[in-house]
Amino acid sequence: MSAIPRKNVEEKSPVGKRGDGHRMHLMLCAGTGCVSGGSYKIKDALERELAKHKLTDEVAVVMTGCNGFCAQGPVMVVQPDEIFYQRLNEKDIPYLVEEHMLKGRPVEKFMYTRPVEKSAVPKMSEIGFFQKQRLLALRNRGLIDPEVIEEYIARDGYKALAKVLKEMEPEEVVREMIASGLRGRGGGGFPTGIKWKTCREAPGEPKYVVCNADEGDPGAYMDRSIIEGDPHSVLEGMAIAAYAIGSSRGYIYIRHEYPLALERLEKAIADAREYGLLGENIFDRGFNFDIAIHIGAGAFVCGESTALMASMEGRPGEPRAKYIHTVEHGLWDRPTNLNNVETYANVPVIILRGVEWFTSIGTGDVSDNPWGGSKGTKVFSLVGKVRNTGLVEVPMGITLREIIFDIGGGIPNGKKFKAVQTGGPSGGVIPESLLDLPVDFDQLTNVGSMMGSGGMIVMDENDCMVDIARYFIDFLVDESCGKCLPCREGLKQISRMLNDICSGQAQKGVLKLLERTCNTVASCSLCALGGSAPNPVLSTLRYFRDEYEAHVRDKRCPAGLCKDLITYYIDPDKCNGCMLCARECPQNAIEGERKEPHKIQTDLCIKCGICRDVCNRDAVLVR
Amino acid sequence: MPRLKIEDLDKIVEQKKKTMSLRDGAGRVKITVHMGTCGISAGARKIMAEVMRCVEESGASDIVVTTSGCAGFCSREPMMTVEVIEQAPVKYVELDMKKVNIIFDEHVMKGNIVKDYALAVGSEQTL
Repeated sequence: MSAIPRKNVEEKSPVGKRGDGHRMHLMLCAGTGCVSGGSYKIKDALERELAKHKLTDEVAVVMTGCNGFCAQGPVMVVQPDEIFYQRLNEKDIPYLVEEHMLKGRPVEKFMYTRPVEKSAVPKMSEIGFFQKQRLLALRNRGLIDPEVIEEYIARDGYKALAKVLKEMEPEEVVREMIASGLRGRGGGGFPTGIKWKTCREAPGEPKYVVCNADEGDPGAYMDRSIIEGDPHSVLEGMAIAAYAIGSSRGYIYIRHEYPLALERLEKAIADAREYGLLGENIFDRGFNFDIAIHIGAGAFVCGESTALMASMEGRPGEPRAKYIHTVEHGLWDRPTNLNNVETYANVPVIILRGVEWFTSIGTGDVSDNPWGGSKGTKVFSLVGKVRNTGLVEVPMGITLREIIFDIGGGIPNGKKFKAVQTGGPSGGVIPESLLDLPVDFDQLTNVGSMMGSGGMIVMDENDCMVDIARYFIDFLVDESCGKCLPCREGLKQISRMLNDICSGQAQKGVLKLLERTCNTVASCSLCALGGSAPNPVLSTLRYFRDEYEAHVRDKRCPAGLCKDLITYYIDPDKCNGCMLCARECPQNAIEGERKEPHKIQTDLCIKCGICRDVCNRDAVLVR
Repeated sequence: MPRLKIEDLDKIVEQKKKTMSLRDGAGRVKITVHMGTCGISAGARKIMAEVMRCVEESGASDIVVTTSGCAGFCSREPMMTVEVIEQAPVKYVELDMKKVNIIFDEHVMKGNIVKDYALAVGSEQTL
């Protein structure tokens, strides 16, 4: 097996194909081990030297996934000759480029002969789940002990803070963030730099920096994982924001359901204070900043900026009208910058690696408009009917198909993919026909969903779209704060209509009324909770209207899920009379002799589905 | 702990390498148990206790045992990473007590990767 499969070369970079003009490719490892060994410094040195010898058109530098030779890192494979260099150092590069790339003489002293591989264990870069991921916000995942501040520092932690305090004016930091095109990872997608700029320029003292860790979407746990695995990345991001904005006070609003995250955050803040990385006169540069934790009770609406701030002030977590911006009148009526956990975790990387590098990842062009694209990566929690569930960080612009099938490994149990729900209760459902959609803020909004904080719930053919919409609406009925009428009453009406549809009691014309109510709630609600609440209904109506119509017109649930509309029965041709279902049935509703086809007594059946789950012959069917 | 100056960051990097990186002398083997909420709920605390017991029983003093957050692959938890000096790290998935003991005897003590329980060798692409 070659160190880097050819397939990989071609996928990763179009220059791998013939006729591109490059005679040589330098495949430099960007695995965790090699990056901490300095592979990006080597990349810069290579590019510098290649330019010096005017070889840029002939030789391309390509960053690749891990080779599995981390102990010899940083490693580089020269293609097409398959020459493997190891333990490279920045200082070696001028010599290497001159000898090998210019004069064509491979340099033996840097070469490494790979041992014959004994093991059939694949490499990380060959595992579908990891192959297409790219870790920025999660750069330290699984690598550092989150409770040891020195381990964060050892992986370039607090260097970005040192850099801004030593070399950059606050305005420069703001300009850098605007140029980077970083957009809010909590879901809104508002350009972070613009927010910082507005807050910086807003009159009023003191200013506050707040971190929104009130992650409430069902099935989403990106923020929890970042805080648990790498709390200092959030603290450093907040400190940089504070410097840029001119604030000396920060808060983290985190829900009490995250005890481990809370514990690690408290330890991280205490350690950072001990080292003088929080507190007064940080790095002796005259900059003061400290962070306190505010524990929320777990109300979904408190993820909304104004409700969050009301909750912090000790008032009920209710939002207010949006025309007053929190960057100008936020916490205690002072200018307040609120960003999400993942947004802050991205900040140190952007400062250290620079705008040019960051904008090379992602979609669109943000050079003169921060809304012009989606740059960097996004973390998703991939859950539901998918083989590999977990936390995935992918570059913006990757397709849903790649996330669900290449990373997620497809749908388990031979079932068919039906839809994917993104953006949580505020998001929408995306059907199979849109699987090749590149994932970024604007594309998801265009198809009626949204990026949201990053929950991604995969659904298969057995999921009923009306039932899904009902689930999210019922969640929001519970979570609506009740302050404004459209959200409080409208959602209840929507929920009632959906329940009628699911139970087969809906009248003709209900879908029109449902749509109208949804549009009213969306346009008249006070905050984003109500404003986006109808999305799960509207998007399922848009893409799965026939399923709604089957419920209303034919009193039939095509997915076989809505209990009032289905009957369980046993296919006599398939049943071999094993008695398994009869034994498991909690109602004793299944009759039949051993080795004879069984029958379900419909009047006793409570449609729990246990018989279908236990049957080895798929003989239990739904009508 | 003293207040840090900017120059101190590099000193910590150097010092910490000696305890984090095997190449810089941390030890012969490093075992990382992944302990996010997901890992812990799948049983990572028991795995950690068993690893500690194995290390103690072996009497070896060149094994570094450490914890970390979620490794991302939640459906395959509990997970741990074993890195033997001069070799690529290996990620093991879906662990239980028995597997931990076998991995400890074979991989940690003798240097043979336990193929049946291993997910992959190497590391992820960062930055």
